[in-house]
Amino acid sequence: MEPLSNRKKVLEQKPMNFWERIYLPAIFKGLSITIKHFFKRIPTVRYPEVLRPYSKNFRGQHSLKRDEEGRERCTACGLCALSCPAEAITMISAEREKGEEHLYREEKYAAVYEINMLRCIFCGLCEEACPKEAIYLDGPHVTADYLRKDFIYGKDKLVEPRFDYKKEQEPTA
Amino acid sequence: MELAFFIEKFLLVTIVFVISLVIAMYSTLAERKVAGFMQDRFGPDRAGPFGILQPLCDGGKFFFKEEIIPAGAHKSLFILGPTIAIITACIGSAVIPWGQELVIGERVIELQVADINVGVLYMFGVVALSVYGIMLGGWASNNKFSLMGAVRAASQSISYELALGLSLIALLMVTQSLSLKEIVVQQQGFVNWNIWVQPLGFLIFLVCAFAECNRVPFDLPECETELIGGYNVEYSSMKLGLYMFAEYIHMFVSSALMSALYFGGYNFPFMYDLGLSQNWITIIGVLAFFAKIFVFIFFFMWIRWTLPRFRYDQLMNLGWKMLIPLAIANIVLTGIITIIKDTFF
Repeated sequence: MEPLSNRKKVLEQKPMNFWERIYLPAIFKGLSITIKHFFKRIPTVRYPEVLRPYSKNFRGQHSLKRDEEGRERCTACGLCALSCPAEAITMISAEREKGEEHLYREEKYAAVYEINMLRCIFCGLCEEACPKEAIYLDGPHVTADYLRKDFIYGKDKLVEPRFDYKKEQEPTA
Repeated sequence: MELAFFIEKFLLVTIVFVISLVIAMYSTLAERKVAGFMQDRFGPDRAGPFGILQPLCDGGKFFFKEEIIPAGAHKSLFILGPTIAIITACIGSAVIPWGQELVIGERVIELQVADINVGVLYMFGVVALSVYGIMLGGWASNNKFSLMGAVRAASQSISYELALGLSLIALLMVTQSLSLKEIVVQQQGFVNWNIWVQPLGFLIFLVCAFAECNRVPFDLPECETELIGGYNVEYSSMKLGLYMFAEYIHMFVSSALMSALYFGGYNFPFMYDLGLSQNWITIIGVLAFFAKIFVFIFFFMWIRWTLPRFRYDQLMNLGWKMLIPLAIANIVLTGIITIIKDTFF
């Protein structure tokens, strides 16, 4: 039968010569290889103590941003939920009452804002869709959990902590 | 026999015993560390800084494991197996000269437990005994795999003891003495080390020492791939730990023996030219001896993480068809050279 690709090559088995037969040179070669590895830099990252730096455009857990006065930026327009290909985002909007101006930036805000982290594919489309620069995927990894219901992150986990600009700026200024 | 003599020897025995156990303990860690570094990783480093508490954790775990004696096993022999293994491993260190004498006040303390005039023969006997631990354990387990391991251990140690003995005979022809102390004293300085007159003998001795310790590439009695662990399949808890310990103590004792027989023991270059007092020479000598031992222990591990295991027929071929003829040739060669030296120089 004709061979399919004429690439087959029959290697000739030569009998071992004296140095190959006494086996010791081969052992020394092997030993030199292992000792070289002994002094090599070890690529291991000692995880809990040392963290590997994330790439700059890493997309992690979402955070709902506040403005410079500490008010939530989200106006519950629903564009993020609309843009989400995995349909992970849901929200219920509410109207800002009198006296809540220090809490919410716009007249409408999200009373409930939930992201299902099991559905989310971290594509970043919500970030792109948001007209108010209210949502960014700049958090850490979303960690594992035991129950499905615990993966539905509400505002308690998503809204970034209040950050007092005035207090922070005092010592530098 | 005075009381002070007893106390002195008792202390020495205790110290040697403790040192061999501690070295065996830390050899387990060192082995894993060396393995790690050779495979581009760290090895155990979670228990304490650099993992130095790892052997303690392992020991603790061994003690708290359930101890299982299989229903079909011969109970007393099953217990006797690891006992013999660890005892024979430990008593080997009795004749090794650890250093010269320490002078404390009036007393001169020899750093050797027993200077018997047939030290080499004693070592040889102890090495020959050590296979009984493995054999009894393997047979008493009433398990085919353990029995296979035990049979392999027995035949391997018989074949390699021959070459070991023959390589030693060539050495003894040079040293003219069976006392280990005498042999070490003869190797004063650097040029008098026996390795320079017996390089081939040392090579044979080294290979046979690997085989006697059941170390890679001669670890056929406990190979995982064919015998799922070999002679110690049925062992659990500290009995398994004792077998492991015995292996590492063996490694330590063989390293000590190799450095005493071929690498000058506690002798170090320029030991009398530096103008040190006797006690300092002894202390540095002991340190030098241990440095040599550690180099050998490292070499054992280095080989382990480099070479694959021999096939059984290769092992027998190497033992009977290569090492024994080579050892006999070495004896003849040594004899001829000795005669030439005696008649012409």
